[in-house]
Amino acid sequence: MIYVVITFLWASICLYLILGGADFGAGIIELFSGKKNENNVKQQMYKAIGPIWEANHMWLIIAIVILFVGFPVIYASVSTYLHIPLAIMLLGIIARGTAFTFRHYDAVKDDWQNIYNKIFRLSSVITPFFLGIIAASTVSGKIDNKATDFLSAYIFSWFNFFSASVGIFTVAICAYLAAIFVIGETTNALQRNYFTIKAKEAILLVIIAGALVFTSAYFSGIPLFNWIFGDRIGIVAILLASLSLVTLFLNFNKGRPNLLRMLAGFQVVMILVAATYSHYPDIILFKNGDSLSLINHAATEKTMQSLGWALLLGSVFILPFLVYLIYSFKSRKMD
Amino acid sequence: MDDFLAARSQMAMSLGFHIIFACVGMVMPFFMAISHYKYLKTGDEVYRGLTKAWSKGVAILFATGAVSGTMLSFELGLLWPKFMEHAGPIFGMPFSLEGTAFFIEAIALGYFLYGWDKFNKWFHWITGVIVGISGLASGILVVAANSWMNSPSGFEFVDGKYLNIDPIKAMFNPGWFSQSLHMVIAAFAATGFAVAGAHAVMIMRKKNIEFHTKAFKIAALCACIAALLQPISGDISAKFVAKYQPAKLAAMEAHFHTEEKASLIIGGIPNEKTQEVNYAIKLPGMLSFLAHGDLNRPVTGLNDIPENERPPVAITHYAFQIMVGLGMILVLISLIYFTALIKKKSWLEKKWLFKLFAFAIPLGYIALEAGWVVTEVGRQPWIIYGVMRTKDAVTPMPGIAYSFYIFTTVFVSLAAIVIFLLSRQMKMVGRLYDPTDADYINKKIIP
Ligand code: HDD
Ligand code: HEM
Ligand code: HEM
Repeated sequence: MIYVVITFLWASICLYLILGGADFGAGIIELFSGKKNENNVKQQMYKAIGPIWEANHMWLIIAIVILFVGFPVIYASVSTYLHIPLAIMLLGIIARGTAFTFRHYDAVKDDWQNIYNKIFRLSSVITPFFLGIIAASTVSGKIDNKATDFLSAYIFSWFNFFSASVGIFTVAICAYLAAIFVIGETTNALQRNYFTIKAKEAILLVIIAGALVFTSAYFSGIPLFNWIFGDRIGIVAILLASLSLVTLFLNFNKGRPNLLRMLAGFQVVMILVAATYSHYPDIILFKNGDSLSLINHAATEKTMQSLGWALLLGSVFILPFLVYLIYSFKSRKMD
Repeated sequence: MDDFLAARSQMAMSLGFHIIFACVGMVMPFFMAISHYKYLKTGDEVYRGLTKAWSKGVAILFATGAVSGTMLSFELGLLWPKFMEHAGPIFGMPFSLEGTAFFIEAIALGYFLYGWDKFNKWFHWITGVIVGISGLASGILVVAANSWMNSPSGFEFVDGKYLNIDPIKAMFNPGWFSQSLHMVIAAFAATGFAVAGAHAVMIMRKKNIEFHTKAFKIAALCACIAALLQPISGDISAKFVAKYQPAKLAAMEAHFHTEEKASLIIGGIPNEKTQEVNYAIKLPGMLSFLAHGDLNRPVTGLNDIPENERPPVAITHYAFQIMVGLGMILVLISLIYFTALIKKKSWLEKKWLFKLFAFAIPLGYIALEAGWVVTEVGRQPWIIYGVMRTKDAVTPMPGIAYSFYIFTTVFVSLAAIVIFLLSRQMKMVGRLYDPTDADYINKKIIP
């Protein structure tokens, strides 16, 4: 059963990164699209994410619940040592979710819209940036579980070059996902071209940020290169990701939006595989070489059993509805 | 501010904030479903407008509920890592099921909000009802988790170790039923009175009278039924507390000395130094009766509880008095309303009746918050009753006070914006939602 639970944990993190990522990206692209295109971009984005954003952030909650029920020690130490970035991410989530909803549902459209816009866009950058920081910090070996002073226990655990680079990388990925996702929502060539350009810019950003991640890992003594290229799975994942990127480029203007989306999602999954596979099942690496692993630090078998069944049962209920929801909004164009 | 106090305050504030939106999320879908049903049955466009107006308001509250809830699931770990480390695997079952309930709720809400004129109308209606049912389910599940903290079960606590964990048994702990029942009824009462009162104000201002009267009726009826059931379920809760948490009961009642024929204390100022309650009304034997159903059974007083296991008496006592007092006022209002409905139809037009409901807008929510203060403060110094102390659970990170200030600012601003948005929504009713209004812009689909 423990493997069922781990699979769910991994899947919900992936889905959050892909679907939630596209959602964050929407705000990022808004931020980087000049005044001229502002309204156009906003509308396209709303059409693409409006009906599903509530469901999107559920993946995060599922992941958290799995962590605290199934892997309580891991949850407790992440939330102790990474308290500050988590709290900032939370502020981002709060600001973002409310600003997005308020700007749409405010019965009067006036200057308040500008405030909502600003908050929405800014928090769309901050949230994935800190998400990236948190993810990087768990494996960067900077968390010092023996530290006694405030700075080394609660600040240097996440405040470093490597974590920041992964943060930037995450932001870039989100922008990329959103651009690709929106291409399928556009209705005319002008718009399509606009978002295609945005997507290409985002890819460039992803590549630069990726390079930054490797550089910073090298300077911080994190064996990232070895993790990824040190075993077969990692290499294969990277190869597949590159291959699908090429395919994506070849298909940019062929009017197959769903293919593009699949490819982009696939790349993200492959990047995640490459980054996590070699140190699995350890997901927290401490400074002194200790680690917390999904296998050794799981809750007792009975808890895992019931958690696993709850998740399986839940998906039987949820998946058909979710698929139908997405399907019906994709097939019937909303006005 | 000291870190421990800051952590407790931050937790209390986040929960106190979330519960308001959670209640709306549990109750409003049912109000909408009733109005929607009337529209489908009668074809009266006002009901359609009302359903939409409510769903717009609810969308705003829903988002606020969702983000504050997300915040809570992190906060449990951010503030109480030691608690979650041990409790997570035991009381986590309801949370994992709750995930499913939320998901269904969010999906059904997607159908409902964006599905006007797109689906079969009854399918569309059902999606609204599903939003309500899954909202209720999630409310019941979380409260079951909370009642586990009050009456822990489903594990054995041996030498500081948590053994033989049984998550199912933990979920159906002794308190789950009485607490969830009381909570659900409270949600209906609090939200119902708030909504009915808001519409009553608009009726008094003579704005879109038909629209607001229809809204008022639905909300007021539900609220009044709930208010009448509240004391009955409160009595069940009290018997649970008497059995499982004698210290809390003693604090609620400021009952300092164990005695037979214990008297029920109403009002008064408890003095923890002299162990006396001054200026109170005492009804001899009533406390024994309420707690155990027997006028003579002794009720444990605080003197039989070790000093370091006593909850703060004054806060718990005042909060309990506030809850019960307001509960009684709501019962009174409900009785008046039912009299009006059944016997004195002329009252239904009277200004004083609407004034009464306008006055009741905040009462349900105040009672609700007070009730939670009774439950949570009355559990102190324990985070898991009798097993783990709150001060042993708090995060070792210093500086929580700053986090408390920041989140207080955020919550206060959010609350202000939400109120502002809802009042705007109310002002636009004529233009956007009421087809009988002269200003109404007939847009088939209000985006
Ligand atoms: C509209 C709100 C409301 C109203 C009018 C009442 N309550 Fe209440 N009460 C709550 C809202 C609430 C609550 C906020 O929902 C609580 C907190 C935890 C819970 O399960 O319900 C609660 C808790 C609570 C508890 C503690 C349960 C525990 O700690 O496990 C008792 C004994 C009562 N209530 C009793 C009553 C009585 C005798 C009432 C008589 C009128 C009453 N309540 C009215
Ligand atoms: C939503 C309604 C709720 C309200 C208004 C509420 C209120 C409060 C208050 C006032 C405190 C501070 C008590 C003190 O330290 O003196 C508190 C503490 C706490 N509550 Fe609740 N509570 C609610 C529901 C819940 C639920 C459903 C859970 C968990 C399943 C929960 C878990 C906690 C925890 C972990 C603490 C901190 C430890 C403690 O003080 O015992 N609460 N809450
Ligand atoms: C008595 C206390 C509580 C009740 C009755 C309650 C009930 C609800 C309800 C009905 C909703 C959905 C409605 C809405 O989104 O507005 C909701 C949202 C949420 N609650 Fe609570 N809750 C309580 C406390 C908690 C606690 C302690 C946690 C965290 C551990 C929590 C986590 C969440 C989350 C994550 C959401 C967002 C779900 C979504 O996106 O739809 N809640 N709550």
